[in-house]
Amino acid sequence: MLPEEIQQLETPAAIAQWDAEALTGGSLARGELVLWTARERIAALCRFLKEERQFTRLVAVTCIDRYPVEPRFEVVYLLHSIPRNERLRLKVAVHSGDAVVPSVCGVWAGANWYEREVFDMFGVRFEGHPDLRRILMPDYWQGHPLRKDFPVHGHKYSYKDE
Amino acid sequence: MNPVDTAMEHRLEEIEPAAPGAPRRMVLNMGPQHPSTHGVLRVILELDGEIVTSARPDIGYLHTGIEKQAEALGWQQVVTITDRMDYLANLSNNLAYVLPVEKLLGIEIPPKAQWMRVLLAELSRINSHVVWLGTHALDLGAMTVFFYCFREREELLRIFEMFSGQRMMTSYIRIGGLALEPPRGWDRAVRNFIRGFPEKVDEYEALLRENPIFLKRTQGVAYAPLEQLLDLGVTGPMIRAAGLAWDIRKAEPYSSYEKFDFRVPVEQSSDVYARFLIRLEEMRQSARIVEQALEGMPEGAWKADAPRVVLPDREKMKTQMEALIYHFKIVTEGVHVPAGEAYVPVESPRGEIGFYVVSDGGTQPWRVFMRTPSFGNLQALPALFEGKLIADTIAALGSMDFVLGDVDR
Repeated sequence: MLPEEIQQLETPAAIAQWDAEALTGGSLARGELVLWTARERIAALCRFLKEERQFTRLVAVTCIDRYPVEPRFEVVYLLHSIPRNERLRLKVAVHSGDAVVPSVCGVWAGANWYEREVFDMFGVRFEGHPDLRRILMPDYWQGHPLRKDFPVHGHKYSYKDE
Repeated sequence: MNPVDTAMEHRLEEIEPAAPGAPRRMVLNMGPQHPSTHGVLRVILELDGEIVTSARPDIGYLHTGIEKQAEALGWQQVVTITDRMDYLANLSNNLAYVLPVEKLLGIEIPPKAQWMRVLLAELSRINSHVVWLGTHALDLGAMTVFFYCFREREELLRIFEMFSGQRMMTSYIRIGGLALEPPRGWDRAVRNFIRGFPEKVDEYEALLRENPIFLKRTQGVAYAPLEQLLDLGVTGPMIRAAGLAWDIRKAEPYSSYEKFDFRVPVEQSSDVYARFLIRLEEMRQSARIVEQALEGMPEGAWKADAPRVVLPDREKMKTQMEALIYHFKIVTEGVHVPAGEAYVPVESPRGEIGFYVVSDGGTQPWRVFMRTPSFGNLQALPALFEGKLIADTIAALGSMDFVLGDVDR
């Protein structure tokens, strides 16, 4: 559950009031608030934060690969509220065997490319994304480069047109 | 589903002919090598006559895998690849990387280094805006401004070379302070440049603001409402041109920006012209900040007193055992950054740049995510293109001021 000092903060308190089960953990380090939530609740939580807590801006969506620890992936949402000048990080843990997260494209249109990037680089799929394709790597690329078990110099130097 | 299959499906859909009776449409590829993108970007345009009905940007041609590379380098070494992304504002990138790492380390940076960083970041902003203005005006057919702007850029590059030894890839900021002591005579060089600069901005302004072709091609062109831009994650001059007075230097000051007096320009019309006015004013404000930094530059150390992070002076290393040990440890092993994560946003010339660094306590980053402004801003390209004339696409592209190295990383 949430540590004491976080429960008293405005945003986590508001979330707890809206849905007592929404948050599964949190931390406050160096003035940066991180909240953990379950995969099933992320889209609803984002909508709540945008509409009720003025987090009108999605800064980015990214991912951390904790290989070989399971759950392996942490999908990270960086949110920002301009009117209240507040930043928040949401995290969702995902197992490597079942790396699927609901898309938040419906909440912020800007999530589109960031989710595609996470899919391209880590292989985490976003359910309900309107156009989930690779974005930075070529279509024919095998594997997901930012996974920790992907070598820095790639598996092989072969190109389709050669 | 195999990603290769989805990609092929998408391609087939692109070239599929229209059904009988459907309105005729034409698919036009703008790029990957188009002179006005100033980099490798392909935009798939669908046209109905001269109207753009759909625009889809295709990026990734310049993908260098900098985030992956960062995981294979030491903490200090990563600084030298950050300036490869946004090659017009290298020092802003340096600063954006260094701040979260210093936050994790918990070290205190001496005032002189902080002020120097502000000065250099603002010179970077001027450099970036000058290149943007020159090339944007050139794309719209105004050639003189281009030459004038590159004249100023040359002077700036000379200053950067003085500091870092390089003209283009200027990594000068390091974790804990600066890379080297500021070179002798740097203040005179910067003062010489900044003294005449505001008049030069007036000169550009006069050349363009009274140019009927430029006005016709920019006023009311590529409009997008503020809500839409916010929803798409646009930051920087583009969002300020849409009427939002939000600048990270004011909202969340870093590196002693709170000690400087400057104004954040805001425009309401959210068109190409508004974005031009914003960047012009930002150049003037940056010049003001540089002047203040020159006048009030604090005395003292230019790097932090953090023996495990910052290399000792050469003289100390030769005479003191402790310093020799730290030197040896840093050079052979690297810097240990405490486990944890940090994100510090910085206002780059293009908008919010932030490095989300994750450490596992080792001498190499576990993960460095680069939230680059160009990537976020480029997502708004369809919003600026669709329903508008194809002739306006060049003006719209230019007004976004993206750097493809910054988009693809």
